[in-house]
Amino acid sequence: MTGSVGAPAERREGREKVSGAARYAAEYHYAGRAQAWPVPAAVARGRVTGVDTAAALAVPGVLTVLTHDNAPRLAEPDDPTLAVLQNPRVPHRGWFVALVVAETLEAARAGAAAVRVDYAAEEHDVTLTASHPGVYVPDDANAEYPAVRERGDPDGAFGSSAARVDVAYRVPPLHNHPMEPHASTARWDDGRLTVHTSSQGAGAVRSVLAGLFGIPEERIVVTAEHVGGGFGSKGTPRPDVVLAAMAARQTGRAVTVALPRRYLPAVVGHRAPTLHRLRLGADADGRLTSLVHEVTTHTSRIKEFVEQAAVPARVMYASPHSRTEHRVAALDVPSPSWMRAPGEAPGMYALESAMDELADELGMDPVELRVRNEPDVEPDSGKPFSSRHLVECLREGARRFGWAGRDPRPGSHREGPLLLGTGVAAATYPVMVSPATASARALPDGTFLVRINATDIGTGARTVLAQVGADALGVPLERVRIEVGSTELPPAPLAGGSSGTASWGWAVHEAGARLARRLAEHRGPLPEEGLDARADTTGSADAESDWARHAFGAHFAEVAVDTVTGEVRVGRLLGVYAAGRILNARTARSQFVGGMTMGLGMALTEGSTMDAAFGDFTESDLASYHVPVHADVGGIEAHWLDEDDPRLNPMGSKGIGEIGIVGTAAAIGNAVHHATGVRFRELPLTPDRVLAGLLDHRAAHDARTGPATGGSGPVRGV
Amino acid sequence: MDNDQHHSETTLRVNGKPHTLTVDHRRVLLDLLREDLDLTGAKKGCDHGQCGACTVLVDGRRVNSCLLFAVALDGCEVTTVEGLSDDGEEPHPLQRAFLERDAFQCGYCTPGQICSAAGMLAEAAAGHPSHVTDPATPSAEPVPLDRAEIRERLSGNLCRCGAYPRIAEAVEDVIP
Repeated sequence: MTGSVGAPAERREGREKVSGAARYAAEYHYAGRAQAWPVPAAVARGRVTGVDTAAALAVPGVLTVLTHDNAPRLAEPDDPTLAVLQNPRVPHRGWFVALVVAETLEAARAGAAAVRVDYAAEEHDVTLTASHPGVYVPDDANAEYPAVRERGDPDGAFGSSAARVDVAYRVPPLHNHPMEPHASTARWDDGRLTVHTSSQGAGAVRSVLAGLFGIPEERIVVTAEHVGGGFGSKGTPRPDVVLAAMAARQTGRAVTVALPRRYLPAVVGHRAPTLHRLRLGADADGRLTSLVHEVTTHTSRIKEFVEQAAVPARVMYASPHSRTEHRVAALDVPSPSWMRAPGEAPGMYALESAMDELADELGMDPVELRVRNEPDVEPDSGKPFSSRHLVECLREGARRFGWAGRDPRPGSHREGPLLLGTGVAAATYPVMVSPATASARALPDGTFLVRINATDIGTGARTVLAQVGADALGVPLERVRIEVGSTELPPAPLAGGSSGTASWGWAVHEAGARLARRLAEHRGPLPEEGLDARADTTGSADAESDWARHAFGAHFAEVAVDTVTGEVRVGRLLGVYAAGRILNARTARSQFVGGMTMGLGMALTEGSTMDAAFGDFTESDLASYHVPVHADVGGIEAHWLDEDDPRLNPMGSKGIGEIGIVGTAAAIGNAVHHATGVRFRELPLTPDRVLAGLLDHRAAHDARTGPATGGSGPVRGV
Repeated sequence: MDNDQHHSETTLRVNGKPHTLTVDHRRVLLDLLREDLDLTGAKKGCDHGQCGACTVLVDGRRVNSCLLFAVALDGCEVTTVEGLSDDGEEPHPLQRAFLERDAFQCGYCTPGQICSAAGMLAEAAAGHPSHVTDPATPSAEPVPLDRAEIRERLSGNLCRCGAYPRIAEAVEDVIP
């Protein structure tokens, strides 16, 4: 070992990114490249009865208009959201009903505005309630988790518990909104298709396109060299790449489809809203006797996607009686999909908020309540944990944050118009890993080339895989070159589920180790083309494990709530993680902090509204859907424990891309409760909502005790 | 479309080089840079002035290039991320600081953050106040940039990867 792994190596593509030289999917300037602009459906449910393209075709520079009447026929996709322009059905507002292809962006946009679409609109239903008559229990939630799990007699045990919490939470629809909108550039050349796309996995894009267009994968090359973020929304191909390939085939040109920002929420997936009911029963010492987490969510009419928000409750705490259940209603809404930590992010918001409420009920410190309910084995499966260390994360976080000596009384810390509070929440995310292939080559000049179709969506995959390769080869990092992001490279799975580094790194490690053995046996100079080794981790990476494998973490937050404006500011966020071995301290810290920042958005600013009348997301652009900005983000710290877990993969790593978001919103919400004494159970905690809550709290307080004098209540001067 | 009516000859100096183009009146500076000049460092994140990914400098001031019609910029000096460094070889101090601080992940907002930071430093040096500047600060004198000033002044540049703390540190690194 030369010790590259773990070092804070600088991002390999960093220079290209800071100089503007890194090229993203819409930036491939083929000669004669055309630009395309989609037309979204203007009804929430119905059928296209006619598309008048005459005015669009009359716009100078417009080459063609694709509609369901004239677009190339595709084989039926496994993912129904990719069957674009194949029939007149409109499953939701924003579904693409036409595509204008033109010489320039301006002509394409003007053409799209000139397309006239007539619809036979039908009554639509887009409003999710827990009692919606269409609600059903699916077979599975996302990632093939069983929809329902039950142990013991959860209702009976809850009824006879000494302490009880029975509460409901709501997490609104959320949008991924990576900074680079989904984009693809496609060209056909003699029956061969080349695609540059903004995707978390070029391999899946190629196989889907091969199926849709009925051509062998060998005739398709897909690259995703630089990807401007994805956060789940680019996990599998989205309509842009299908439209680009269609338009390129139809026009004989290279065509770029770069989706306008406002169109994303309807067509690239979103985090579905989740309605949670949590019932926690405990004995007087705080030991859980019953844990019931029931989740109701929505999906679209064309695709069943069920946010697996009750799944983390199967992992977190010991409880002899438990039920976790998912229910879903299919509505006339856009298809939901993955968004950073699907399941865990909303599920742990609810569970960790309820744990805080239980701690209140018991008069216990919320850190101690969690420690008391530490399980010996994974509660749902009975499997032992390969490593856990949640208690250590909580203890280390409490130490670093200065939790000791906290006055637990809500509303006890006031500075002028501000109420200050602190909160804690736990986090978890499963360890996932898939088989991959990789190659490593030793060249006569003393350098090495590692090749794998991994995708660097900003995680630092290039850098960390070079580190893994260097250590496996036993050579200095600067002698290892790496190629990622193309189907021309050895096949490997997508960047998703926090599984990329584990999956790719395993294959890179094996290829490197194999090459090192070959080199040790090799006598004389290397041949001109070098010496090669390949690895395929099928059979090892996907082997069943006898261990429950998860990453854990603890989040601490300090907030100030302005009693005049209702604004919540997060002064400090601190996370401590047990995520196996950290392979690059520099890029890992950025990922943890990035996840926590998105969690801060989920807590305070991010929320989308499904408009009941129009059937679309009201907050569909970045002016109305508020992702955190510089001024929202104060001090964020990420720390980790040195965790040595030999039951994961050759690097000993767990995923780190998602766990940062998981407990953040609950920690902030719990801190807001500590600050104000008001329990908000619906995100985000926007000023209007917080101010109304403070006023209600004050009114209820006054009704009990009479109006306070001298402004000593939680809201002064109102 | 009548070319005489809807296109105009426009000259811009971009990164020190003059370019004379016949410009569609609807073409915004961002698309001119990306499509006509193949300067794709300026990014399109929203096309509506909401995200800052397209930030460049026009006559030394930071602008959202997606909101400016190119034809209205005849004679202007445009600096993009590709032209920030003096000699084109060594990176600009901000670019180096972003690298050293790992102040980015996916890289898509990065050119805009860097151009915005360059423009912001000049604004503060010229005494422009921000929302968080102490009203007692004397006008027309350089405004000292603490963390709160940096955060406030860069809040028009969104970063979904959440690199904000590192970006603020990187900007601090280049403050003389």
